[in-house]
Amino acid sequence: MISVKKIAVQHVLLVVALIAAVALAVQEGWGAQEESPAVTTEQVDPALEEQVREIAANLRCPTCRALSVLDSPSGMAQEMRGLIRDQLLSGKTPDEVTAYFVERYGEWILLQPKAEGFNWTVWLLPVLLLAGGLVFVLMTARRWVQQGQARAAEEGQEGEI
Amino acid sequence: MSFKKLLIPASAIPIIALLAYGLTRDPNKIESPLPGREAFAFSSETLDGDTVRLADLRGSVVVMNFWASWCVACIEEHGYFVEAERLYADSDFQMLGIVYQDTPENARRWMRMRGGDWPSLIDPNSRIAIDYGVYGVPETYFIDKTGRIAFKQIGPVSRALLHQKVDSLLAAPATGDLTATERSAEAISVGESPGHVGDQPVEESDRPTSEGQP
Repeated sequence: MISVKKIAVQHVLLVVALIAAVALAVQEGWGAQEESPAVTTEQVDPALEEQVREIAANLRCPTCRALSVLDSPSGMAQEMRGLIRDQLLSGKTPDEVTAYFVERYGEWILLQPKAEGFNWTVWLLPVLLLAGGLVFVLMTARRWVQQGQARAAEEGQEGEI
Repeated sequence: MSFKKLLIPASAIPIIALLAYGLTRDPNKIESPLPGREAFAFSSETLDGDTVRLADLRGSVVVMNFWASWCVACIEEHGYFVEAERLYADSDFQMLGIVYQDTPENARRWMRMRGGDWPSLIDPNSRIAIDYGVYGVPETYFIDKTGRIAFKQIGPVSRALLHQKVDSLLAAPATGDLTATERSAEAISVGESPGHVGDQPVEESDRPTSEGQP
């Protein structure tokens, strides 16, 4: 008959073996990741990539529309990022690259409309509304204070009488 | 009621009016800046391994269709293109397909299955699609004999629209006189159908649509 102590020892050994196996697997995984041929820093020009990101962030993804070309995971957005990179590498300025897309898709492609003509409405209206709201709040607060002071003065006069 | 009390509800009126105007507009309808402009030059390899240059097609009315084998909305219009290829076989007409975000194998299988003898071009890195401001598939460009984009259809093409546009462009002269096509392009670029062309009325259901867009 197998004793309880023997069973307990077997279970402990099994658990230790499992933990060791998992630890080994994790270590091998890390090792493999370190050895994988990732894109090296020599291949990527950080300044160029920053320019690509800046341009792509201001372009609307044509297929998903609610996302920028930078944020969209769609194939079309990926191709557009590649085209931006190629055009920058060919010597085009960021403005010229953006103009290329506007020429093809219209101003719709810009997530941030140009500050010109009727577009000024989009830029100025929020500022005007904010300023108007601020004036309204200040005037209302001032009126309340004046009303409070007048009421206090009236109550003071009634108290004296 | 005093003026001040009316001021707040009155200020809401333009905002509500703006929202109401927004609701009357179709968010899928995007005006393209391309109709009326010179078609961008390109050359690419077809599914059969040949090379096609757009410039070589100058003098023909070119119907350039962006499509994919995964595009359900492309199925019906493809039948109209097959019909048109037969109907306009003796005219200065050229169908041209551009495979959009698809594999050549799938595209070849589609063409074998659904017919059509026109060249379908592979578009590496979607450069032709981006050059033509494509939003998705299907999209079709009607290029006149002088190489100018006369019309862009976002979404599937109907049979009536296809015949109307092709007849109109075939009737236009192949010279620099683009009055007819420019007028047509101008009308379409603001989302209006030119109405009756070639005695073929365009029904409401045949108007440009963006259905089937991804």
